[in-house]
Amino acid sequence: MSLLLILTILLPLAASLLIMVGADPRRTALGAAVLNLAASLILFFSYDQKAGGWQFLSEWKILPKLGINMTLGADGLTLTMLLLATLVTVSALWVAPRVGKHEGLYYISLLFISAGVIGAFASLDILFLYSFHELALIPTFLMIGIWGSGDRQAAAWKATIYLGLGSFVLLIGLIALYISIPSGHRTLDLRELEQMAALGAFHPSVWVCLILLAGFGSLVSLFPFHSWAPPAYACAPAPAAMLHAGILKKFGLYGLIRIALPLYPEAMQELNGLLLLLVIGNILYIGYVTVSQKRLDWTIGYSSVMHMGYIFLGLAALNVIGINGAALLMFAHGLSVAAAFALCGEIRRRTGTLDYAELSGLAKATPVLGLLFGFVAMASVGLPGFANFAGEVLVFFGSVAYGPVMIIPVIVGVWGVVISAIYMLRAYRNVFWGPIAQRWEGLTDIGPAAKWSVILLLAPLMIAGFYPQFILKMVGTALPR
Amino acid sequence: MNTLLLEIAVVLLGVVLLLAEAYSNRSDKNYLAYLGAAGLFGVLVLSFCPMHPPAVGSTEAAFVTQDILSVFFVRFTLVSTIVTLLMIPGYRPVLERYLPAERAGGGIGEFAILPLFVCAGLMWMVSSIDFIMIFVSLELATITLYILATYLRQNTASLEAGTKFLILGALSTGFIVYGISWIFGTTGTTNLLALPTAISTLPESAITPLLFGIAMILVALSFKISAFPFQFWVPDVYQGAPTPVTAYLSVASKAAGFVVLMRLLVALVSVPVISHKIQVVVTLLAVLTLIFGNFAAIPQTNLKRLLGYSSVAHAGYLLMAVASLGSKMAIPAIGFYFAGYLVMTMLAFVVLTVVSEVTGGDEISRFNGLGRRSPLLAGAMLLASASLAGIPFTAGFIGKLLVFEVAIKQGHYGLVALGCVTVAAGFYYYFKVIRAMYWQQPAEETPIRVTFTVKLLIAVLGAGILAFGIYPAPLLSALR
Repeated sequence: MSLLLILTILLPLAASLLIMVGADPRRTALGAAVLNLAASLILFFSYDQKAGGWQFLSEWKILPKLGINMTLGADGLTLTMLLLATLVTVSALWVAPRVGKHEGLYYISLLFISAGVIGAFASLDILFLYSFHELALIPTFLMIGIWGSGDRQAAAWKATIYLGLGSFVLLIGLIALYISIPSGHRTLDLRELEQMAALGAFHPSVWVCLILLAGFGSLVSLFPFHSWAPPAYACAPAPAAMLHAGILKKFGLYGLIRIALPLYPEAMQELNGLLLLLVIGNILYIGYVTVSQKRLDWTIGYSSVMHMGYIFLGLAALNVIGINGAALLMFAHGLSVAAAFALCGEIRRRTGTLDYAELSGLAKATPVLGLLFGFVAMASVGLPGFANFAGEVLVFFGSVAYGPVMIIPVIVGVWGVVISAIYMLRAYRNVFWGPIAQRWEGLTDIGPAAKWSVILLLAPLMIAGFYPQFILKMVGTALPR
Repeated sequence: MNTLLLEIAVVLLGVVLLLAEAYSNRSDKNYLAYLGAAGLFGVLVLSFCPMHPPAVGSTEAAFVTQDILSVFFVRFTLVSTIVTLLMIPGYRPVLERYLPAERAGGGIGEFAILPLFVCAGLMWMVSSIDFIMIFVSLELATITLYILATYLRQNTASLEAGTKFLILGALSTGFIVYGISWIFGTTGTTNLLALPTAISTLPESAITPLLFGIAMILVALSFKISAFPFQFWVPDVYQGAPTPVTAYLSVASKAAGFVVLMRLLVALVSVPVISHKIQVVVTLLAVLTLIFGNFAAIPQTNLKRLLGYSSVAHAGYLLMAVASLGSKMAIPAIGFYFAGYLVMTMLAFVVLTVVSEVTGGDEISRFNGLGRRSPLLAGAMLLASASLAGIPFTAGFIGKLLVFEVAIKQGHYGLVALGCVTVAAGFYYYFKVIRAMYWQQPAEETPIRVTFTVKLLIAVLGAGILAFGIYPAPLLSALR
């Protein structure tokens, strides 16, 4: 079984190699992604929930003297993220249109982003957790720069430099963490680190935790490190935006859950006030910024930044309910935002514009597209029945359980739900309802590939919405009982 | 085996090839480069045979040593010379264009032979533990490099580069001799190993003249390793010199300078009286070099010049580790960084040689659309840039990781914070090349043909980048 976990990382890389030597890019990439989804489903359902803990382990010695090994393994949280990653990958590759130039490079870039995220989720060694995430940096730069739209060059530069700097800050934090361990016991293995933290064997410093928070935070677009995200998502081609907003951005949150929360419980407590302030910025400030957007892609880009606030709120609750909610919300948001960007790409491909001023009444010409977008908008707002709702509710419960300090953030959070209803419904109305302009009357409706790839994302969203235990049971195995 | 055998073998190889060049009538001079590379490869293999270190008390032992550092950097010098020699056949058209030829191939052969003498000089230099020996080997290497830098004697840029290099090199030679004489005057020794004891017995009044001598030597070494504020020759010389020579200058010659610097500083920081002052100076050098190298690289449009600034920038990261010599991981970190620096820089220069030959220039815009004209070259350059920028799973990342680790361990938090900012700047200027290759339209669509030697170099160097990046343990254990 542990072989299967290794395969999920190797398959996309092997497919890239095949494409390099001349295999048909789309078929090879999609084939690898489907196999990967199957593998992650098998892993998800064969995980022994009763035993819990890390399973499917495998290990290679890389720098044994420094205590650095490449260790792969998975627990419930990992497998949930893995499922999310493989689902979004299949959907993104499926929805990708035929591209004229550098088709091989297009699919190789997508596969590398996917392999990087999967590797990061499956790594037990922090250095590899970090390294795998960086695999996505150059592919993102290429994807936005070559196939992007709008002011793609500026967006690509901004995202690359921001993420490059953010990840280096993170690396410094990780090195500092490594050095703060008494020499002789130095390791970057999460299992050993957690044990050491539980025994109080190393002295966590607030500074290191702050550096980690800033590093992970800028990768997740935590306010005020968010400004790279909306332009990058708006300009990126749909599949790249889906992978980036849907799964890559979850890496920072995953890292916080895995590293900052268990290793720096006191420091996180101390930094909680600061974190809450930033969360309010994320929800309220970015929320209002989102309302004022004039284009659909920018609206969704900003909304994805805003929704990170809820997940951070769940983490700041520092209790099991809150973290459960955050994890469920990560899963839900990943699926819903990927579906939103997929539909965005479909609309752009038909109309060539996403400007609210130019679009109206598209639902008359493209009813299925309109219906699917309606679902996505409802999910994004957090309507009951979608996993987003369950996640948000848990986050609010967890936060209130933390104590009276949380009252204000929770009120802001609930108000944020209203804000997201405003902008999502407005977007839905502007684009799909009202009188249809004559130039849009001849539009063709969504094709089968795009339709099914969006349904592939919406189905698990609804399953987890009606039966959140499906995800929560798995996530629970990774949390202290 | 004798300690100096390897160096002597390299010199002999050079002499034999010079004679062969003089007496042979072949107009195709490529065979000299291949023979030289093969010969050096033989020496490299020889270097893995068990060797006796010089006997304690012998004359040799007073001048040269055979420790992990010297053994590693002797091999490092050999490998970088081999790569440089293999780049030369691809560079031949340029040589022929700028050299007046009375007979076919005249005046070109020496270009492939002279690097052997530089190689011997640098090999000596990395094993030297005596100022006199350091000076002599340094001169052997630099004088030959003057000739190589100015080799294209009908190209004004090359002449300008050679002249600048000559004048500034001579100046730094002056500094080093002057510094040595002050140190010898105060301590009575030129041996680096004897230096700490000699200094600790000095009266207080002798410390200032000693520090003056050390400062002079630091100035001279800063020229060699291109540390700010003695880096100003680098961009001009790198841009004007023949590309293989530029590659050689930025890798092998710089590494030898760093080895001497490390040996000197290891000796000096063990003396409490002066160690703090020396630390401050080196840290300051690191700060300035990091800032200058990285930020001055941002606006560059010529790739050779950009790589010049990048070499200054990398000197900054290396100085970060040199400033942290107190940690026992510092020297392995520097050695590893250099191994990674060799493969990534050489790979970038190999691609540059091919591209500038086909397109007729070194500007970054000449790389426009390379992704379509030659996926292999573009992929190789992508890998080299990724590694230079420090992206995980490449040699450059592990190098930076080790350097930052020793710096944090030694408490250089300011340096580390600065390092983060300069790394982000690095992302910008290295990605400029990636942008040109993939985002921009090519000026013409004709595919670029790549010779077997270049393919081999790309394969070996690219494999090196990935191997050091994914599995660094063997190389690192060779350094401890």
